[in-house]
Amino acid sequence: MPAFSCAFPGCRRDLLVIVLVVFVGIGLPIEASAPAYQSHGTEGSHLTNITNTKKAFPVLAVNYEHVRKPFEIALWILLALLMKLGFHLIPRLSAVVPESCLLIVVGLLVGGLIKVIGEEPPVLDSQLFFLCLLPPIILDAGYFLPIRPFTENVGTILVFAVIGTLWNAFFMGGLLYALCQIESVGLSGVDLLACLLFGSIVSAVDPVAVLAVFEEIHINELVHILVFGESLLNDAVTVVLYNLFEEFSKVGTVTVLDVFLGVVCFFVVSLGGVLVGAIYGFLAAFTSRFTSHTRVIEPLFVFLYSYMAYLSSEMFHLSGIMALIACGVVMRPYVEANISHKSYTTIKYFLKMWSSVSETLIFIFLGVSTVAGPHAWNWTFVITTVILCLVSRVLGVIGLTFIINKFRIVKLTKKDQFIVAYGGLRGAIAFSLGYLLSNSHQMRNLFLTAIITVIFFTVFVQGMTIRPLVELLAVKKKKESKPSINEEIHTEFLDHLLTGVEGVCGHYGHYHWKEKLNRFNKTYVKRWLIAGENFKEPELIAFYRKMELKQAIMMVESGQLPSVLPSTISMQNIQPRAIPRVSKKREEEIRRILRANLQNNKQKMRSRSYSRHTLFDADEEDNVSEVRLRKTKMEMERRVSVMERRVSVMEREGRCDGEGGSV
Amino acid sequence: MGALQSLPDEPEYRDLSEKTGFSFEQIGILHKRFKQLSHNEDTLRRDDLNTIPDLSCNPIRTQIIEAFFDKRNFHQNGEGTVQEISFEEFLVVMSHFRPPALDMTEEQREIIRREKLRFLFNMHDTDNDGTITLEEYRHVVEELLSRSGALGKETAKGIADAAMLEVASISMGHMEPDEFYEGITFEHFLKILKDIEIETRMNIRFLNMDTTNLCKKINSQQDHYLQVNGEQKIA
Repeated sequence: MPAFSCAFPGCRRDLLVIVLVVFVGIGLPIEASAPAYQSHGTEGSHLTNITNTKKAFPVLAVNYEHVRKPFEIALWILLALLMKLGFHLIPRLSAVVPESCLLIVVGLLVGGLIKVIGEEPPVLDSQLFFLCLLPPIILDAGYFLPIRPFTENVGTILVFAVIGTLWNAFFMGGLLYALCQIESVGLSGVDLLACLLFGSIVSAVDPVAVLAVFEEIHINELVHILVFGESLLNDAVTVVLYNLFEEFSKVGTVTVLDVFLGVVCFFVVSLGGVLVGAIYGFLAAFTSRFTSHTRVIEPLFVFLYSYMAYLSSEMFHLSGIMALIACGVVMRPYVEANISHKSYTTIKYFLKMWSSVSETLIFIFLGVSTVAGPHAWNWTFVITTVILCLVSRVLGVIGLTFIINKFRIVKLTKKDQFIVAYGGLRGAIAFSLGYLLSNSHQMRNLFLTAIITVIFFTVFVQGMTIRPLVELLAVKKKKESKPSINEEIHTEFLDHLLTGVEGVCGHYGHYHWKEKLNRFNKTYVKRWLIAGENFKEPELIAFYRKMELKQAIMMVESGQLPSVLPSTISMQNIQPRAIPRVSKKREEEIRRILRANLQNNKQKMRSRSYSRHTLFDADEEDNVSEVRLRKTKMEMERRVSVMERRVSVMEREGRCDGEGGSV
Repeated sequence: MGALQSLPDEPEYRDLSEKTGFSFEQIGILHKRFKQLSHNEDTLRRDDLNTIPDLSCNPIRTQIIEAFFDKRNFHQNGEGTVQEISFEEFLVVMSHFRPPALDMTEEQREIIRREKLRFLFNMHDTDNDGTITLEEYRHVVEELLSRSGALGKETAKGIADAAMLEVASISMGHMEPDEFYEGITFEHFLKILKDIEIETRMNIRFLNMDTTNLCKKINSQQDHYLQVNGEQKIA
């Protein structure tokens, strides 16, 4: 079925024209010749030239070198975003193929195009990747990390991240070394340490790829947090193993002391990274306490402190990813209590925007680098690598789950295990680490080729098939939940209930320590980090106020009451009947009588207007009952207006809207 | 301390195990705790639970303790409250917090979900009339917020009102302006909370092995008990 016969032929033609222009635009600057006249800086020296050879004053001149770098950067980003735009215009493509695959294909095409032109296609520079492209994605993930499922499963996540990655690295490295020993492969020059180095690079699950694919399949919270948490926390293991094996393969021998130091190094790297991140997080929270007069720069504090945390920990060779995650997690509850609503929205959208651009660029560059990079293809090695990746992942997950399930309250089912195993995608981090290998490694090109093949395999094959498999296996999907105040009340109620029952049982479990941490947080930490009196506000009330604010904003924007639930229920239906209700008919009757009496009175008053004192002499009884009726009427009108006001206020408060609460 | 307990092979344990689903070791440990709380008597009273130090800063302490003495939670179709409970009843109340087994079918999970939500419902429905009225719900929210500082009853009332409105909107859909929503019935309660997967949330870990923590508690509790009774502490 031709996908091009869609409803907007004109739009598609425009897009193709834009894309062609962009491609030409890339080709042109590369071949641009040197400019004739400089603009500002060298005017002095040229003046003498000009007096010698008088030429006409340049009205129009091309000076590309001046703007070359920013121009190319902007052009690349623009290209990436236009591609992203284009995918979503093609109707069925984005439903079948995940975006990451499409972007890699585009990268391949662009790389091929550049090669055809005759230029050297740019490779994904590792420094650019680690310092500019990766941090926004990780910060976005860490700042919006769902804390509750993460802390409930942190044991499982750590086991998968640390032990799983170690298992993968050693299993793959060992078996590949055994493979290289076989004569017919022709790779007998590869020693054990090089293989282990390769194993450690390729064994880590990649957060960028996992995010890109899992975001589109909306799987249930537990599996999502397991795979995603693992991809974030295995950075420490990867860093340590990579540095370790790189050092060792230079030296050539390994002693027991080195192994012991390696283990110590792991703890230092991971805990040090978390510590650095937490320090910067507290600094950011403390700073945000004082920003009430300069709301405009609040988001910048969040971004800059996080980036500083990342850079600082990279400086000490600690785990930058863990620092970034720790910073985001620590900073968030306090910063959100202090900053304005607009700043919160700004932070949310800037993070999403940057991480989206980064992700797009990473995948496109991955494609371009594939075309550019030096390749050394060895069928056996590459195919074995891919197969071993899958096998070691599956074995690792099954084995670890068997052990983990003995300690978990809610066990992992076979379906969960399958998705966790299948979702272990490799991505750009592996490529960048491989690229960082110094050229002295004789096997560098071979390793790079194998890494790229593994990445392609996992992203294309596993990425594309995971969605139909999730449907086929009927794995539980994420529940689309609206923020419901009942659920919030009961979540908090459950927390206290379970803490209490644990107290009755007599052992210090998960809820006991969580309660202790909360109390410590409330009495000591919040006092310092949250501005004004807000620190005393319990979470339930903060949640309720946020919901009210959101509804009020929605009402102002849309100009009407948000009515997600088409119901006519209002506070009237719920309030116990303290006010005696009068039926509608009776009310009408009373109103008629009162109106009639009022008319009569007006006439009477007009005829007696000259004397106030005589007003109430005659017709005393009439007047008395009249006054009583008037009083009753006023009373009723007052009550009706009070009820109406209460109804409108409660309707505004009580309706739940569909906008996602916390992203 | 910390070594494997020798299983008391009493026939009651077998009955209890079948009834509540706990293993023998878990029943043994809970029995020790029961004896510790009740000072070696056969029945537990409210005061015994009131003295647990961990519960003293829990905002819903009264409700939790009441739940242990609520006959509706004993699975015997009783109603009302009792003054003291036996070990069997203690165990039945505790069994509400057991996690579902790995190999349960969807129907079994549904039954467990109903059971746990029924426990929560009974905690809210204090006057035992089968519905949670607005007053009862307000009381629940007030208790929840009682430890969190002096925010006044107005906010609690506002939150409870909004919550009730939400339940009514979701359960009833459409009501005439002069109709009155009596209260949350159990079916409405199920509906409103069906998304929070209670069978995975409302669980605590029951130990299979004795821990040193229990021993510490026994020593300190015994000291307290002995001192209260005017005897010398045996070093």
